[in-house]
Amino acid sequence: MKYLNIFLIIFLLIGFSQLKSEEKNSELKNKILKNIRCLICQGQSVYDSESDFASSIKLIVNEKINQGMSEDQVYKFLREKYGNWVIYDPKLSKNSYILWLLPLLLFFVGGAIISKILIFRN
Amino acid sequence: MKNKFSIFVIVIFLTFCFVIFYKGLDSSNIYTPKNNIETNLPIFKAKDFITNTDIDSATVFTEESYYIVNIWASWCVPCRKEHPLLMELSKNQLIKLIGLNYMDNLNNAKKFINELGNPYTQILIDKDGTLAVEFGAYGVPETFLIDRNKKIIKKFIGPINKKIIEEIKLIIK
Repeated sequence: MKYLNIFLIIFLLIGFSQLKSEEKNSELKNKILKNIRCLICQGQSVYDSESDFASSIKLIVNEKINQGMSEDQVYKFLREKYGNWVIYDPKLSKNSYILWLLPLLLFFVGGAIISKILIFRN
Repeated sequence: MKNKFSIFVIVIFLTFCFVIFYKGLDSSNIYTPKNNIETNLPIFKAKDFITNTDIDSATVFTEESYYIVNIWASWCVPCRKEHPLLMELSKNQLIKLIGLNYMDNLNNAKKFINELGNPYTQILIDKDGTLAVEFGAYGVPETFLIDRNKKIIKKFIGPINKKIIEEIKLIIK
């Protein structure tokens, strides 16, 4: 009876950890799919689309996650196949550095102008 | 002097903004995939269309010649249009054609090949479209040119035409 209880506890623990890991994988999969652009749709992510292209990408992402790939590795794989455009959240590159640095530049220039006006008034 | 400097900074800043917005408005917002690419061949496993046996990428691209990977399906109307051109290209000894049967019914695909002829040295089955994604394809029909170093050097989206055939012939010459 004692061994049966121990066996049951171990069995349940394994079952729960399996469920937890599947849930984690599913969350990661959805997060990635929402950040991938459906390249043949208009303004839709792969997550929202039911097109053939989107369904193939969904299968591929699922396969890559099951192979143990991280979020960044999946993005890297897709970027190699389709370029930066496929990802909604582009990384800093020579084509997008203005996009990233302009708000910072505006912030500093604005700050400098405001502080200059304040100093001038005082 | 201070006033002049402020005006100078503002003018430089506004010019900078103008150049950025002008450049942004001038560039096309329509996404155009790149045709001239140089990527490695994907490593994959697939089923053979004729024998239904398992094959992997290493056994498909064995010879040191140019390869064409053409994605097709029996339900795809433009594929019918480009098929005679593929038949013509298959006569060229310098290139080998590999077909990728995309998300298709096997019986319909076999009818398609029996009716229009088989230009391919080997056909792979891509039941769920994942193999096409490994190649970086958007849909069907799509054609990839692979060089002797086993690199994908060109991607032709949509049905191929006589101009593309000439371009391919010029590259493999």
